[in-house]
Amino acid sequence: MMRFLLRRLGHAAFLLIGVSVLAFFFSALAPGNYFDEMRLNPQMSAERLRALRAEYQVDRPMAVRYIRWVGAVVHGNLGFSFAYNTPVAPLLWARARNTLLLTGTATLLVWMLALPLGVWSAERLGRPADVTLSWATAVLLIVPDLALSLGLLVLAVRSGWLPTGGMVSVGFEGFSAAHKLRDVASHMVLPVTALVASALPISLRHVRAAVAEALEAPFLRAAEGHGISRRRLLYRYALPAAAHPLIALFGFSIGTLLSGSLLVEVVMSWPGLGPFLLEAILARDLYVVIGGVLLSTLFLVAGNFVADLLLYWADPRIRAETTGR
Amino acid sequence: MEPVIRVENLVKRYGSRGLGRRAEAFTAVDSVSFSILPGCTLALVGESGSGKSSMALCLSCLERVTAGQIWFEGRDLAGLREKELRSVRPKLQLVFQDPANSLNTRWTVGEIVAEPLLVRGRISKRERDARAAQMLEHVGLGAEYLRRRPRELSGGQRQRVAIARALVLEPRLLILDEVLSALDCSIQAQIANLLVELQRSYGLAYLFITHDWKMAAHLADEIAVMSHGKIVEQGAAEKIVRYASSPETRRLLGAPPVGREAMEAVPKP
Repeated sequence: MMRFLLRRLGHAAFLLIGVSVLAFFFSALAPGNYFDEMRLNPQMSAERLRALRAEYQVDRPMAVRYIRWVGAVVHGNLGFSFAYNTPVAPLLWARARNTLLLTGTATLLVWMLALPLGVWSAERLGRPADVTLSWATAVLLIVPDLALSLGLLVLAVRSGWLPTGGMVSVGFEGFSAAHKLRDVASHMVLPVTALVASALPISLRHVRAAVAEALEAPFLRAAEGHGISRRRLLYRYALPAAAHPLIALFGFSIGTLLSGSLLVEVVMSWPGLGPFLLEAILARDLYVVIGGVLLSTLFLVAGNFVADLLLYWADPRIRAETTGR
Repeated sequence: MEPVIRVENLVKRYGSRGLGRRAEAFTAVDSVSFSILPGCTLALVGESGSGKSSMALCLSCLERVTAGQIWFEGRDLAGLREKELRSVRPKLQLVFQDPANSLNTRWTVGEIVAEPLLVRGRISKRERDARAAQMLEHVGLGAEYLRRRPRELSGGQRQRVAIARALVLEPRLLILDEVLSALDCSIQAQIANLLVELQRSYGLAYLFITHDWKMAAHLADEIAVMSHGKIVEQGAAEKIVRYASSPETRRLLGAPPVGREAMEAVPKP
């Protein structure tokens, strides 16, 4: 067990270092920096600019900046935002929280729907119910997220039932606790719907395919022959047998918690990482961008790690192999 | 003597399913009739694709038949609904060709062997283990195998586990679908002898499905030769092997058997 964990952690660390190097150098390689636009400003003197560049150490060689940045990261400091003139970490964290609220809810919903629906569909493979569901998921897959989000927005505007942007209403601070909860929830409906609609087809199809394959396994036919109940067949036999690809996919959906909703957030003006990072990229707010990338990678790596742990827990065969039994 | 199972004019046709896909209907089993007496073995011999395995699936009610009757325990299985079938299933068990994938590799041997007992209701873990150990004893494996998993066993041991699992519900009829063909020759002989022993001590009836003439002649009281979904010849094992009359049977007999020498080494129990 320990060796298994350590090896996985080793991979994770290696991946993180690699991504940090790439993210840092690629962002730095992009032409221009935050202060270049100031040169167009006639009120900004050349000396003042040079002083600013020196103050933020943009004039130093890249390797030096990387090493200083890594030194800061080790101390939990992700660097300094040029635009906000404050440390990056608290800025990122405030946005990441909003994003996680959105994507966490969506991911939970996706899996709560995908598992029973996928099993249900696999059980009826090729029958009208299954075929209809397959068509529906195919259509959802084809529709681009952007079109989906815009369509939902149009619906919301036309009907006037739901708020069409942001996370809270005007005067939120004065609401009672219950009212606050209701307010945020009503703002979440649209973006969560968009996220679920774009992620559900993939998960659903994977569950369906994996369970359908497992249902064909002779050991399942054997159990069927013993008269084991349908329910037990589906959930105690087929689902665990289908677990491998599903757990990997689940790990991936944890991994994309931070990065999966950027577009939807921008379109629906959700105050999460999406609009924040987009702004930072356009303004060349270097450390904010790198911080965002690093945080997303951290989630991806953590998601894979969680998947490995789940796999270890779910499959006695892996346990037996790694403990050398 | 009343036969354990009587099959009358069984037809299994595989057709198209689903929207838009029109596959041509294929008749896997075409109007087949036979019966098996208690404690006897009928061998169903045929080339691959002759409809033997469809037969096994139909008889064990894993596939619904297209037409015909399966009389078992005084009822026609072909006409029963899934719920009604559940009470019959324990009496009629199927053993598959390849024990590597007919056993759930996630579970221990003890769990696998005792699992069918669940259809009779919940049982305690101790009782479960006791029953499983007893069954393993019957098939020549000790109780020390209870905690092992299928991957840690050899092919022959796995097939013994599969047989133990099939027997735990005390069936009257065992459908053996090519149960020997995934095994080495020497192991085949061991399992064949085990089957004979079990038949004697339990009074089991076997439907022994195989492509292997020698084994069929060795184990069966009666042989039915299947070709293209039909039974082309049927009779006492000795008679069929010696005086085969239909061209299909002669062709089957003439086909060079795999591992002939090893087969001839099979000891008569």
